[in-house]
Amino acid sequence: METRKIEVPVMADLFAIGEKPEYLFWVGCAGAFDDRYKKVVRAFAKILTHLNVSYAVLGKEETCNGDPARRAGNEMLYQMQALQVIEIFRMYEVKKIITICPHCFNVFKNEYPDLGGKYEVINYLQFLNRNIEDGKLKIGQGSLDNISITYHDPCYLGRANDIYDEPRNILKKLTGNLVEMHRNKSFALCCGAGGAQMFKEAEKGDKEVFIERTEDVLKTNAKVIATACPFCMTMLTDGLKYKNREKEIRNLDIAELIAQSIDL
Amino acid sequence: MTKQIIFAISFLATLGVFFYTINRIVRFFRLTRPAFPVKDFRKRITVMLSVAFGQTKIFRKPVIGFFHALVFWGFCVIIFGSLEMVIDGLTGTDRVLKSLGSVYNIIIASGDIFALLVAISIIIFLSRRLFFHIKRFEGIEMKKTTHIDANIALSIILLLMVSLLSMNTGYIEYKTITRESSVGLFPVSSVIAGFINNGQAASYRAMYEASWWTHILLIFLFANLLPYSKHFHVFMSIPNVFLSRLDPLGKLTNMDNITREVRLMLDPNTAFATSASDAPPERFGVKDVEDASWKNYFDSLACTQCGRCTAVCPANITGKKLSPRKVIMDLRTRMNEKGPLMVKNGRDFNDNRSLLRDFISEEELWACTTCNACAKECPININHPTLIVDMRRYLVMEEASAPGEIKALFNNIENNGAPWQYSAEDRMNWSKDLELNIN
Repeated sequence: METRKIEVPVMADLFAIGEKPEYLFWVGCAGAFDDRYKKVVRAFAKILTHLNVSYAVLGKEETCNGDPARRAGNEMLYQMQALQVIEIFRMYEVKKIITICPHCFNVFKNEYPDLGGKYEVINYLQFLNRNIEDGKLKIGQGSLDNISITYHDPCYLGRANDIYDEPRNILKKLTGNLVEMHRNKSFALCCGAGGAQMFKEAEKGDKEVFIERTEDVLKTNAKVIATACPFCMTMLTDGLKYKNREKEIRNLDIAELIAQSIDL
Repeated sequence: MTKQIIFAISFLATLGVFFYTINRIVRFFRLTRPAFPVKDFRKRITVMLSVAFGQTKIFRKPVIGFFHALVFWGFCVIIFGSLEMVIDGLTGTDRVLKSLGSVYNIIIASGDIFALLVAISIIIFLSRRLFFHIKRFEGIEMKKTTHIDANIALSIILLLMVSLLSMNTGYIEYKTITRESSVGLFPVSSVIAGFINNGQAASYRAMYEASWWTHILLIFLFANLLPYSKHFHVFMSIPNVFLSRLDPLGKLTNMDNITREVRLMLDPNTAFATSASDAPPERFGVKDVEDASWKNYFDSLACTQCGRCTAVCPANITGKKLSPRKVIMDLRTRMNEKGPLMVKNGRDFNDNRSLLRDFISEEELWACTTCNACAKECPININHPTLIVDMRRYLVMEEASAPGEIKALFNNIENNGAPWQYSAEDRMNWSKDLELNIN
């Protein structure tokens, strides 16, 4: 099979040659630094390239958009980060932003406008689903047809922003065997990492939230957990390891499932 | 005439006590902070129609939600009859609204049917509380008095329904025996009357009168007990839904006072352009009731402690101390404690206690994942996470108090522009050796 090298376009480089991409692809800190999540970003970048999308990333100019600081109560730090990011966006005349991370999506979409940062913000699942609906991204002929997949709704896509249908539309194209956990959609249980919990030990209790959620997954007998958030990815992977099930059940992001199904 | 006088006196007494209570609560509201401007009336009415009158969120638990919906819709219909009773009682008329004709018949008939349905639902609710172990009715915030409060309110509602049915039954029997023409239709009470049709006209007349008085006086009593009970819900939930926070659940409220400070820090040129405000600096975040918004307080008054929020809270499910219901209940309890003192001694009054720590511990606040399951579940659109984050804001920005790892998180963001200790130089490492298969 032939391969082609992908040079991920960086905003500053494009601007230097007078080009303005249509989308800013916001990689996010997990995408940049979390070894597991880098693979998800790579998969999504492949899809963007496959679709010939005009996009660029900020690269070294990207910085935390302040979300975890805000949820942990540090409004001061959040706003300092946010105003810096808004300034960078202004410099590059950013109008459309694609994010993978639901937390970044939420903060750009719902919270930056209060600070003057108004953009068309779309989550990668909305973007992928739209491209599938438009017939630009052809999936479904992949090798996933008979694998049972269960989808874990990230809080910041589901309850926070009412995105429930897009991931399910995509997954139903990838497999005829999409199984729901008993707590799903707006009833979905958090993985335990939101609200800056990702960065600290949980408070004292009798169970970890991610184990409770992993048990929901195990009850479905699904072979794949489809996730759509870097924190959910970490938590549920830990859950599978804790239950010694990481060999039989795979935890994959929807971008990875798509890239795999069309063999990118 | 005596009847009218007695009625008028009890009605005025009811109103008097009621306005005293409302005035007390309005003064408490004056102590709170602004939340958001109430606009978008069209959207608010839509939300009110679906969430309050359509009971859409109560149906997230379909079975028990159905019985609650019956009670709610029953109240909406039966209140029409109560209104008529007040007019009749004051003016000495008899079923004054009968001039509405067939509409009247429909409303009275529905009220009669609903009285039975509500009574059945209330018996189910009471049995659940008395004889079954329902997990969400337990918890550290659920004291013996909270259970008594619930049972008293439910018992009064049951008595209201029983008195209404017995009033209707007495009415039909009396009218049938005396062959007087009756107004209104009574599908349920007619059946009940069919079982007991062996009395005297006079005793049915007495049954009707006694039930009429019992029913209306219970309503007067109930109306004045409610504001001091968790069942204040009955008055407050529809307005609370109307006054819902309309933002997406994921959105936190921007702190504009912080924005001003940050803009000054980032751009020294504006330091002299913006005139410094003479007002004393406002406390960041929520430490005590006076820092909470009117909406937070409204939420706390409308909450009926059903515990659906706590039942879906991931922290609570896994044995952590946090219970979103407790956070809302604590706010109301604390206002009852400090509110009167602040009304008397001024908003700055300090009793050396606060909502934070004396009621809600840091451990509870730091257990929240901001997943918004509680807010999504609340049948009357109470928003718990915004209050929890506001209390974190106080802890972090006023006291620099946070778990060690959270402080490390802040340091990393400040120094590395990422929540972890990685350098921005490595931000493109993910893209190395990336290749696309060409099919």
